Amino acid sequence: MTVLCLVEMDAAGPTDASLRALTFARPLAGPGGGLCAVLFGRADQVPAGPLGEYGVTEAYVIEPAALDGYAPQAWARTLEGLASVTLASAVLAAGTERGHEVLAHLGALTGQPMAANCISAEATADGTLAVARQRWAGLLIEDAVLDGSPALLTVATDAVQPVPAGTAAEPEVHVHEPDLVPADLLVRAEVSAAAGGGVSLATARVVVGGGRGVGGPDGFAPLEELASLLGGVVGVSRVVTSEGWRPHTQQVGQTGTKITPELYLACGISGAIQHMAGCASAKHIVAVNTDPGAPILARADYAVIGDLAEVIPALIAALKARS
Amino acid sequence: MEIGVCVKRVPQVGGRIVVTPDGQDVDTRMSGFAVSPHEECAVEEAVRITERLGGSVSVLTLGPPEAAEQLRDALALGAHRAVLLESGGQEWGPMATAAAIVAEARRHAEPGPGYDLLLLGNEAADTGDYQVGERVAHGLGWPCVTGIKHLDITDNRARASREYQGSQETFEVPLPAVISVKEGINLPRYPSLPGRLRAKRAVIEQHQPQWQPEGLRKLGLRVPETQPHQATVLGTGADAVPALVQLLDELGVLR
Repeated sequence: MTVLCLVEMDAAGPTDASLRALTFARPLAGPGGGLCAVLFGRADQVPAGPLGEYGVTEAYVIEPAALDGYAPQAWARTLEGLASVTLASAVLAAGTERGHEVLAHLGALTGQPMAANCISAEATADGTLAVARQRWAGLLIEDAVLDGSPALLTVATDAVQPVPAGTAAEPEVHVHEPDLVPADLLVRAEVSAAAGGGVSLATARVVVGGGRGVGGPDGFAPLEELASLLGGVVGVSRVVTSEGWRPHTQQVGQTGTKITPELYLACGISGAIQHMAGCASAKHIVAVNTDPGAPILARADYAVIGDLAEVIPALIAALKARS
Repeated sequence: MEIGVCVKRVPQVGGRIVVTPDGQDVDTRMSGFAVSPHEECAVEEAVRITERLGGSVSVLTLGPPEAAEQLRDALALGAHRAVLLESGGQEWGPMATAAAIVAEARRHAEPGPGYDLLLLGNEAADTGDYQVGERVAHGLGWPCVTGIKHLDITDNRARASREYQGSQETFEVPLPAVISVKEGINLPRYPSLPGRLRAKRAVIEQHQPQWQPEGLRKLGLRVPETQPHQATVLGTGADAVPALVQLLDELGVLR
């Protein structure tokens, strides 16, 4: 079948979440099917190489002259038009803020259902899709049947790893001019502030987590120091932000940020499931906790049993002694 | 400023989620209930706006009769009016939910003045459909912004910001509008005693919208499989630090 996939870009090219969405979309398109990427940007900057590696057969690019910047309903209208041009059976986006938002608008524009945060999707004989999707930020899975022509879905950002296709394709690049109505442009993002120089929580290689066990706002200085020694950032549990010890921007979990570090060092965090939903994609979890029975020990790879107020300063001293 | 805030009653799941034997629902026999976290912040934001600009906050929910409890929680925080859209025991999908909210907004506009602003949570904690706000906005022909972490309302315009790729992006839209917010936009207050008493006495308006089937059909729910697992203990207290340093070295995170 033909599958249309929205590809979001950052300074380095297609985002990690979009590469995962393409990986997810490839088996759905199937051998001989079309995997069409939709990008907003300049035609001479389309990353045809990486897209081809991920199996993209056609790339549709909407240039700034036609539609400049992010406007959710206009992006949805563009996908609607391209779905009918390409006769797509499914339209996908990564389960990011923009991906959810654009696909939700597309569902509303077309009166079709939309399945958010899918972890699998398979075509069935009657033309529907059999999907599994995340509820409760991935703590629960819903098996469902998705109607829709085309079927609309977003791909959970931890559904699959980004994996290039066995054989690279050579995508043909088409410049597309969307048919928009004025109302589509009523909501558009003003130029986003340039990303700060610091490391972001969502993409940090090391996250040092602090929970109730930190004890209060003053207890975070050693965690900050350790994070900076490791080139990482501090993340916190919900109790820490609801107590007002740290700002919500540092919260890891279901209603905070989902992190994807190499190492998550969780200090004084018991491991409530809402918190663990935010660090399920951490490659390695090391817990520092006074309670050997804390739930986090059933999720962590390694643990130190002890008071973080003792362990962290000693770790900092040992790291400093090394360098 | 007339503000409608949509909230949802969801189970307070503790250490783990348990599914009912028929696989259709979360087993809530052992759990309490609360408003989804994003929506608790939506209520607080609405109350703050009317404290500054005047007007009234209506809190709406689609749910069972017991959801009156969550409406009263919102009234205790400072909402002025509560509307229960009775769900009749069915699980409502996002399209039917949006239709019920649109109908309530139209009903409220009949005698006037109608809502200037509808606030929702970015996504419900339980079903996580990520689309009710957009569908409500399309139903009413209003602009919609989602995932908002900072909101300024002035002169019938909303200026709203959210995080994007580690920075911030801002939208400016005319009212009436639909805006979905995320936890972190504010720190909700605790209800006052007079607030609680007022909430207890308040009359809750009730309507029975019509449930509709939709094109995403649930077959069942399951808890994802996880291997039984226990962390490898490196040691106790500061004595574990050498082993910890060695581990960090092996993981390649030391600089």
